[in-house]
Amino acid sequence: MIYDLFVAPFADYGFMQRALAGVVLLSLSSCPIGVFLMLRRMSLAGDAMAHAILPGVAVGFLLYGLEILPMTIGGLVAGALVAAGAGAVSRFTAQREDASMAAFYLISLAFGVLIVSLRGSPIDLMQVLFGSVLSLDNGALTLLAVNLAATTVLLAVFWRALVAECLDPTFLRSVSRMGPLAHFVFLALVVVNLVGGFQALGTLLSVGLMILPGAAARFWTGRLLPMIAIAVALGIVSGVAGLLVSYHAALPSGPAIVLSAGILYAASLFAAPRGVLMSRARPHRHRTA
Amino acid sequence: MKNLVRSLLVATASLLAVSAAGADQPLNVVASFSIIGDFAKQVGGDRIALTTIVGPDGDAHAYEAKPQDAAALSKADVILANGAHFEGFLPRLLESSGAKAPVTELTKGVDLLKSPEDHEGEHDHDEAKHDHDDDGHDEAHEGHDHGPLDPHAFQSAANAKIYVANIADAFCAADAAGCETYKANAERYAGELTALDADLKQQAAAVPEARRTVISSHDAFRYFEAAYGIRFLAAEGITTEAEPSAAGIAKLIDQAREGKASAIFVENITDPRLAEQIGRETGLAMGGTLYSDALTAPDGAAPTYIEMMRQNMRTITRAIGGS
Repeated sequence: MIYDLFVAPFADYGFMQRALAGVVLLSLSSCPIGVFLMLRRMSLAGDAMAHAILPGVAVGFLLYGLEILPMTIGGLVAGALVAAGAGAVSRFTAQREDASMAAFYLISLAFGVLIVSLRGSPIDLMQVLFGSVLSLDNGALTLLAVNLAATTVLLAVFWRALVAECLDPTFLRSVSRMGPLAHFVFLALVVVNLVGGFQALGTLLSVGLMILPGAAARFWTGRLLPMIAIAVALGIVSGVAGLLVSYHAALPSGPAIVLSAGILYAASLFAAPRGVLMSRARPHRHRTA
Repeated sequence: MKNLVRSLLVATASLLAVSAAGADQPLNVVASFSIIGDFAKQVGGDRIALTTIVGPDGDAHAYEAKPQDAAALSKADVILANGAHFEGFLPRLLESSGAKAPVTELTKGVDLLKSPEDHEGEHDHDEAKHDHDDDGHDEAHEGHDHGPLDPHAFQSAANAKIYVANIADAFCAADAAGCETYKANAERYAGELTALDADLKQQAAAVPEARRTVISSHDAFRYFEAAYGIRFLAAEGITTEAEPSAAGIAKLIDQAREGKASAIFVENITDPRLAEQIGRETGLAMGGTLYSDALTAPDGAAPTYIEMMRQNMRTITRAIGGS
């Protein structure tokens, strides 16, 4: 019974094993990024970036067809342009990052829609852009693995700068020149993970697996490393749960995965030590306003 | 009052039609997608000026209209569509374009199969079966793949003859002067379709019956199946519109493992990665590309309807006929 429910789908079908590998790889790399995004109050910027990579992916697809490499490179270029542009505007002018990010991503999104509509292509491009965790081929899995390796290395190298940048950017700027560099490296990581994720879940839903577990982990602990560990665990659980729901209830897999993450977020919101119920229960923890 | 408006409209429309024909201008014909465009070209020849909305390799299920489409519709003397909710974009586009010509639904008179997505019961009204005159498409089916009836009737050459006859009738109604030409063209083309139909039947019959089952990534071939005896398996819920579910793909793989399907095909409008995944998993040969709802560009493998049907049958028999 338990075997039928939880193990058989993965044991019997290769595509389920690939999907499982895909969501695990993606959770390991993008959930930590989601934690940093949340701590920097940039969760919405993740969503904006997901739209921003659209024109690059579309150009890659229209020029080379359904090849992973051109689509990935196109997405990286478009994402890097928007991230660098928005980052530069907020660093060097008085405009804040939310406004510059919104401006750049909207321009990029409009380009993307324009390119998509320019050519009636053989394969419905939206289907490509929405991706499918159920049709991961070797190339896509390799891409996710490379993405994980790159993310891990960059996070390890820039760890201290990123933490300082998250907690107190002005302090970092006063003691080190690493500030701007750490900022751009971080934005690059966001882009790389979104581009990696679009193969599996599509540009829009991959943001869900990035942001929701990180936001949920915040309710469980205030310390950074445990928070990242919890976020990754929640990401993997949502991925597995989503795939199983998609298998047993015949629901599309991408939304099922992100909704599973949403349910875990709601559960954390209520049940976790820092959620609404538990922090209410202890009067000394409540805050004014 | 309403009647007065209507008769005025009819009068204007027929005046327009008469003037179009009388001044020896070509008849403005709008076809909803490439296959119907090809039929219209065969029947109309150079008496018509043809605009095809969804061009080669385009997916009529997920088409986004452009201003030129509305402009073409508003000037059209004849509007040709498949009907049976095939062109999901058309009702809204017609309304916004202010098109004066009536829409000719070419599936009229075709014995339509029930759509596989139709679940027993609720849609079970028989009057819809033969009567497609109502142009006011009900909004109730929006979001549903198609209506309760499978619209891909053109995947059988016998049905294509009915389409062609309907087109000739519509052209005659709009341009009486050219009626004889249209009828003659339609007759000549119907002859070609009859020959095509016989050829396809013969080719399919040459394949051993046990090997006549294949997998395709979307159910567009049910009329082809009914006419030529090639069985198509397609997982429920795998359409060009909806994201596939793990259950749907698992079911398809099970069918392939048990049902002894002989090959798997991708279509020119769906995501080939999915079919490749299923092929990998079941060890089935990838049979090549089938053309379902759209023709290719002139330099492609299926630039006309007849070419498309022959190419599909060739692809299938080559994949399952050998060994």
